[in-house]
Amino acid sequence: MSGHSTYVPKSAIGRWFESRLPIMGLIHSSFVVFPNPRNLNYYWTFGGILAFMLVSQILTGVVLAMHYVANVDLAFNSVEHIMRDVNYGWMLRYLHANGASMFFVAVYVHIARGLYYGSYKEPREVLWILGVIIFLLMMATAFMGYVLPWGQMSFWGATVITNLFSALPVVGETIVTYLWGGFSVGNPTLNRFFSLHFLLPFMIAGVVVLHVWALHVPGSNNPAGIEKKTDKDTLPFHPYFTIKDAFAVVCFLIFFSWFAFYIPNYLGHADNYIEANAAVTPAHIVPEWYFLPFYAILRAVPDKLLGVLAMFGSIAILVFLPWLDSSKVRSGSYRPAFQVFFWVFIANAIVLGWLGGKPPEGLYVHASRLCTLYYFAYFIVVLPLLGKFERTRPLPASIAEAVLGTSGSASAMAGSVAASPNTKG
Amino acid sequence: MTDVATTATEHTRRDFLFIATGAAGAVAAASAIWPFVSQMAPDADTIAAGAPVDFDLTPVAEGQIVKLFWRGKLIFVRHRTKTEIKSAVETDVASLRDPEADSVRVKAGKSQWLVVYGNCTHLGCVPLGNDGAFNGWLCPCHGSIFDTSGRIRQGPAPTNLPVPPYEFVSDQKIRIG
Repeated sequence: MSGHSTYVPKSAIGRWFESRLPIMGLIHSSFVVFPNPRNLNYYWTFGGILAFMLVSQILTGVVLAMHYVANVDLAFNSVEHIMRDVNYGWMLRYLHANGASMFFVAVYVHIARGLYYGSYKEPREVLWILGVIIFLLMMATAFMGYVLPWGQMSFWGATVITNLFSALPVVGETIVTYLWGGFSVGNPTLNRFFSLHFLLPFMIAGVVVLHVWALHVPGSNNPAGIEKKTDKDTLPFHPYFTIKDAFAVVCFLIFFSWFAFYIPNYLGHADNYIEANAAVTPAHIVPEWYFLPFYAILRAVPDKLLGVLAMFGSIAILVFLPWLDSSKVRSGSYRPAFQVFFWVFIANAIVLGWLGGKPPEGLYVHASRLCTLYYFAYFIVVLPLLGKFERTRPLPASIAEAVLGTSGSASAMAGSVAASPNTKG
Repeated sequence: MTDVATTATEHTRRDFLFIATGAAGAVAAASAIWPFVSQMAPDADTIAAGAPVDFDLTPVAEGQIVKLFWRGKLIFVRHRTKTEIKSAVETDVASLRDPEADSVRVKAGKSQWLVVYGNCTHLGCVPLGNDGAFNGWLCPCHGSIFDTSGRIRQGPAPTNLPVPPYEFVSDQKIRIG
């Protein structure tokens, strides 16, 4: 995507506008005719699902903000007021709370796709790093959003996580005081968290624009991990991938709706229906499920500062992934040894999540340490060495060949698609 | 459906799917948007707080004007003197900017009680009672003058002070709303 698009509007008004602000051409070249590899599988629909979820969270969030009050004496009741008195308030609240969980489900699948298929490798390094930035912004947004209902978990989660920064030498205590706006988590904290929680999603939207822009330079990766060579390798985004993404969003919405309408409190913590009490900490503080793996890593390290560094490090390491993975082969589909380590990594991450919800005692501590070790070893030891010693499967000659088989039938089918894309094949 | 080649006018299965999907999408979009619109309507507790309110007329002396709020709007309750009732009744209704007889603005047999909204119908200021050329109300903002029936007589206000919905539940008590 470089230079102007070739889009010419049909109407005179359209041409007048387009010559002054070529937005229709931009949309046309980016989301209508943009060539995508024809072998994409459904793991490639999660980017679109994430964009949908961002819009959903912003819409439900803005209307919730019309009724929520960010004051320690009123916040909890304002949420109950939304649930009981506001028209469809119960639905908007459950959509927003469960939407956050769904957002993280989608982002973890999206990241896993990137890890497996080598989407972080050259020339998509900046695209990957922008993704890590979006992930960090998401975590900050979700953390602050969870504080707003001012339940027991809101308050104590805020206290624990803001106290993390006190581990930093010299500046730690000052940072914490500035975060709190006082001597402990209180009204100033809640007020500023509300403001920032409203702001950050729009920052996310901005980085998402950069993320899609960076993607559109090389175009999408694909399950075979090989670059497109001819037009036969790709299909236009519309109608092939617009309809595929729309179908995927519908399936995702069914999954989302199951939680939001039938088990809306399953992913939450019952203690957050108790109003915040600064004198009583609940017996088992846990963050929301999507933070549990990082929580496990934090608690695995017995030292306060090192635990904090390990937790932030577990996300920061992702930034360096393009340079840690030494393999010349991009897609995990052609790297049998890699596949073993990858699936162990996924299982390890799930186990870390499970451990994060357990009390930090006995065997759970030992297991957390082992799992944390594997987590870091995957990036620092396995991936750098694997690329040097692994035996990879032979790559297909082209994307078209990977999808359509031998070159004879490939050209016949591709030819018919190109010639008359609107008729039945 | 034996012929593969179709003419331009014959409808295909694809046309049907297109239209059916479009229609389903439109219904889905409308159903999705509705809750976002509806949540801006007054919520259950606001409606409950706006329920009818009872007001005791006993402490209101003759000639006195009392203020109360209902649904956030100011209401005047005026215990009119005989002179005030007389001047309200003996008016040429046709000459009024907003023609309304006094009898339709009060309850039958209770013409000493005038209940009107307390905001000038020009731009919303609260007019001053027992003031102005007709001893009704005078709005200090732009000089609108209302008579003892709350009807506009002079100044820029377009309509009379509106009468809120109310009933006498007993001789000395009214229910507003």
